[in-house]
Parts: sequence; structure tokens; C-alpha cells
Amino acid sequence: MYQTDMYEGMMAETVSLQGANHDLINAYMARPLGPGPFPGMVIIHHMPGWDEWYKETARKFAHHGYVTLAPNLYFRAGHGTVEDVAAKVRAEGGVADEQVMGDLQGSLDYLCSLAYVSDKVGVFGTCSGGRQAFLASCRIKGFDAVVDCWGGRVVMAEADLSPKYPVSPLDYTKDLSCPLLGIFGNEDHGPTPEQVNQHEAELKKYGKNYEFHRYDDAGHGFFYHHRPNYRQAQAVDGWQKVFSFLETHLH
Amino acid sequence: MCTMITNTIKIEGSGKGLQGWFPLKAANVSYDHPFNAPFEHALNIDFVNEAQGPGARVAVELSVEAARELIRTIEAVLKVADEGGHIV
Repeated sequence: MYQTDMYEGMMAETVSLQGANHDLINAYMARPLGPGPFPGMVIIHHMPGWDEWYKETARKFAHHGYVTLAPNLYFRAGHGTVEDVAAKVRAEGGVADEQVMGDLQGSLDYLCSLAYVSDKVGVFGTCSGGRQAFLASCRIKGFDAVVDCWGGRVVMAEADLSPKYPVSPLDYTKDLSCPLLGIFGNEDHGPTPEQVNQHEAELKKYGKNYEFHRYDDAGHGFFYHHRPNYRQAQAVDGWQKVFSFLETHLH
Repeated sequence: MCTMITNTIKIEGSGKGLQGWFPLKAANVSYDHPFNAPFEHALNIDFVNEAQGPGARVAVELSVEAARELIRTIEAVLKVADEGGHIV
């Protein structure tokens, strides 16, 4: 734990890495200064894009001692303001799971290539990123902990499947390869408490290591301090749960 | 949640963005997270010209009631214009 007489410093910058199909994409990396080794974190931005909240969050993880990489999953949509690019991706119906998994594999590989990253790497995401974090922890080997914050569409009906989203993430639960932390609001419409129950039942069925925390008086995205659905007490407690979980599994 | 409910139509017209007026080629209509409006989901319309890049966009994010009222109002205005012989 940080003490006031400790040295602290941080580096945060844009980097490039090889993602799906060997495409070069960019990513925002924030890391504590020092030789390390520090555990790594891949953080997956939400549908509104590779935005300021995500870059703040990268620096928050770095402040807590993690070399943190936030890949720009919308890189291929072109460049402009974050909102304009995200709006373009929204109109295209999002990015395909297969492409995202490739970009996350590339992000994991990038972190693992750094001398100051330890042999432990976690993955975190919110909203669509929470869903993709869960999917990554099932489909990509090498993550040591996963945090899914209110990932919607983990439970997908047959009618919602499409070429971009061909398999409901729930169906990959048996392949989950690391401990899972889930953070949910009981007033969320996606995932609904019933869908979280379904997910939990599947995790129990396969004897997976998980912990779910569900908050009353909280809906979707209650960590987002710039949005009206922010819930201060629940967010503070949720962040404590996140860092306690990572302390247990990445150190 | 991200609903991924979206539809695109081709349109004709002009939109005024940060760089001034530009020709509109499409409208992307979605019911999903807005960037700014204080709702979990909104009826979002992006008037765009994809050939000019992601920045060629005029955006609105509406409450459901506002969106429905807008539809009714557009229809009403067009009806009056039609009945008055203004649409040729």
C-alpha cells in the first residue's frame, strides 16, 4: 500500500502494437516508473469509445502499480474525435468479437514482451468491454484475472447472434481460465439481474472461481463520474473490490 | 447495455458541422448509449458523409418522447406543405 514517503512516478503515452490480422493499432499505456516487475492489465474501453474516462482509468491502474494497456478497438474505423469515431462504429453495429479477441491477444503479447511486466496479467472492461473481458478470459490463454463490470450481452438469445457476434459468451463459460470478478448494478437493464443469475448459475455449474458483487440503487455504468448514473458509494466500494481482487490474483 | 440497435438510410441534404456546411449522404439512427444526453439510452441520429471521414457528422441525442414528438412534427409539417401544394 502506498505510503506518503514513497517515491512515485508514472509514464503515460500512446504506443502501437500488432492486433488482429497483424494490423497495427494504437493503445494508451500508463505505467509506474521503476524497474518493476509490475503486474500488467489490459483494459477494454466501452461502446462510447477510447475516451477520457478510459485514459483516466489506465492512469488509475498505473497509480495502483499496474502496467496498463488500453487498446483502441476502433482504430480501423478511422480517426477523428473519440465521439465521431465511436459514432461511426455504433452505426456499423460495433466491432466483431473475432477482431476484438485478436486485438486483445496482441495487447497481452505486448505486455508480456516488456521487461518490467511480471508474469501476471489481468483484463478489465466495462459495458461492451466487460463482455469482451469475459470472452477474452475464456478464449485467450494467459490472463490471470478478469474483471467484468456490467458487461451486457454475455447472455445472448439465439436471435441476437450474428456474424459479428456468432456465439453467446455464456457458452464459453466452461473455458474460463482465470478467477472472475463481476460488478453489477441491480437496476441495470443490460445485464438484468436475471441475466447475471444465469451467468452465475453457469459459473457454478462448471465449478469456476468467481465472485459477483451486486449493488442496490445502481444501474448501468455506475463508476462513470461524468454521467448521471454515477453512484458514489457503490463506485467507491466497487473500486475497492476491484483492487482487492487484483491484489489477490496478480501478486 | 449496448443495444447495437442501429439502422442507416441514404439521405440528401446539407449539415453544418465544426468545419461548416457539408453535403449529407446518410443518417445513422440508433437506440443506444448517448455520449452527452443524460440518459442510459437515447434515440441518436448522426447525419454523416462517410467519404469525408468520421468528423463529417451532425449529431443529435434525443429522449424517446422527444424523438416521437419530432417524428409527429415532421409528418405534420410535411402534410401541411403537401396540402398547400408546396411539395412538387
